[in-house]
Amino acid sequence: MRIIVAIKQVPDRDAQVRIDAAGKWIEESDLQFALNESDAYALEEALQLKEKHGGEVVVLSAGPERVGQTIREALAKGADRAIHVACGDLGARDALGVARLLAAAIKPESPDLVLTGLQSEDLGFGQTGVILAELLGLPHATLILHVDVEGSDSSQARIPQARIKVKRELEEGWFQQIEMPTPAVLTIQSGGNKLRYATLMGIKRAKTKEVRQLIAAELGVDAAPVVILDRLTLPQKQKSTQILPGTPKEAAAALVEKLKFEVRVL
Amino acid sequence: MSGILVVIEQREGRIARISWEALAAGQRLASQTGSSVSAVLLGADTAALAAEVAARGGAKVFRVEHPLLAQYTPDGFCLALQQLIQNESPAYAILPHTYQVRDYAPALAARLVQVLISDVVGIGEGPIFTRQLMQGRLNGSYRHTGSGPCFVSVQAGAFRAEATDATTAAEIAVFTPAIEAAQIRTIPGQSFRGSSQTVDLGSAQLIVSVGRGIKEAENLSIVQDLAAALGAELAASRPICDNGWLPMERQVGSSGQTVAPKLYLAVGISGAIQHLVGMKASQCIVAINKDPDAPIFEVADYGIVGDLFEVVPALTEGIKSARQ
Repeated sequence: MRIIVAIKQVPDRDAQVRIDAAGKWIEESDLQFALNESDAYALEEALQLKEKHGGEVVVLSAGPERVGQTIREALAKGADRAIHVACGDLGARDALGVARLLAAAIKPESPDLVLTGLQSEDLGFGQTGVILAELLGLPHATLILHVDVEGSDSSQARIPQARIKVKRELEEGWFQQIEMPTPAVLTIQSGGNKLRYATLMGIKRAKTKEVRQLIAAELGVDAAPVVILDRLTLPQKQKSTQILPGTPKEAAAALVEKLKFEVRVL
Repeated sequence: MSGILVVIEQREGRIARISWEALAAGQRLASQTGSSVSAVLLGADTAALAAEVAARGGAKVFRVEHPLLAQYTPDGFCLALQQLIQNESPAYAILPHTYQVRDYAPALAARLVQVLISDVVGIGEGPIFTRQLMQGRLNGSYRHTGSGPCFVSVQAGAFRAEATDATTAAEIAVFTPAIEAAQIRTIPGQSFRGSSQTVDLGSAQLIVSVGRGIKEAENLSIVQDLAAALGAELAASRPICDNGWLPMERQVGSSGQTVAPKLYLAVGISGAIQHLVGMKASQCIVAINKDPDAPIFEVADYGIVGDLFEVVPALTEGIKSARQ
């Protein structure tokens, strides 16, 4: 089967984010970037499906040149090839605008499955996969932990009539099985699999794998946003936190006092 | 185009609090924009719930009923709501930000060439919708510019649901959408519990909870020692359980357990929204984290900014001596 995994490069979660001078976005110049975590789980699920059923895994990412680094990492983990939608104004597009770019890149590939993480760590909309399904006219399910392909035959690269059974996470420790035909779009929740690391051999091989560049402006999609991010601000504290200062030993001793005399749990 | 539609979600024939909060958000928006609020229920038979919703006032309660809506499917809900929205032309559609809404609302909005403003925590004049970015480190103010309805989903706990004051009950109307069985492409199964839950964090008085800052599974012993010294249950944020370092049943957050202990001591937890919703009702929250800007400090009563590998062992020793 052909699986497309839509991945996003996001600021590293330990990065100190600062609001830029215009107050509209974050200062990107000194940021470290990484693969969005739930997208890493989507990639892992795709690689495991390929190992079981054959076919190929294509990673797809939109963004500026720096996104190439994250794409190479995905190729090093085992994806077969990649599509990079070169786009310098990703932040100016809304969720529909970004999904339109990805859908335009996906359509000519006629994949059996499109996987993506359930939400990004930067904007956190949690919508790209669901909008993709709508734009591509495909069935979908979200928050998926596991995918079973039925009626699969590993000798065939493509499985036209395959159905899938997926395990969907519900709230508060509940789950649900959902069945649907392929092609389909799934958003993947973290924790369903153990993530693999790239091997040295994988890193070497990644250098020779195909990364096709598409130019966002040439895809003929509407970029005008319906929803606009006006301003970024620092959140207001919900409580006044008492920070206990000093060396680790002093701070720990101060906390013991608080636990004993204020919180009264000792 | 006018009015506000609020989608009320039912689970097993009950209305969860987050739906009342969505209704409260709708009422807030109505008072700002001078318009009226109508509620929407979807299902095969919503008569009993509709009466409960109507008692809270508002203009109308729409019972969107069809046998194919008996069980939730994204196709069924999108088709039904699309038809209701095209009929009523509301200016706003407000939804609770639940797993179910996340599953269909982005597609519904896209079908109407709109974009859902998801996980909103505040509504200001304009209206401006506030939502969190960068794992809760920043707030973003969003504005809708499209000509169609503006779709908004609201975060659990962000708006106060008041058992209101309605003097007159809302009018109840039945809306029957046209849905064919063949239009529903997914087959949902019954929901089931994961592993049998043997750890009931919900009744724990003291909880020591560990997050990504612990770095390696081998380092867990220092928080286990702290929990033992305190006599606390050990809990974790999602990444720790995703990695298999602690069992899933020890996870606190939107996908795990919701807790409200006397003391919640968060070690190396940055405080992503999904975690905070599971523990912010705790009576006393203590956070130990190396990042002074970590969102966990926004809800903490006491904080120590520092290296947990130095602070936690010192704290364990301090607690042991205090207990002697």
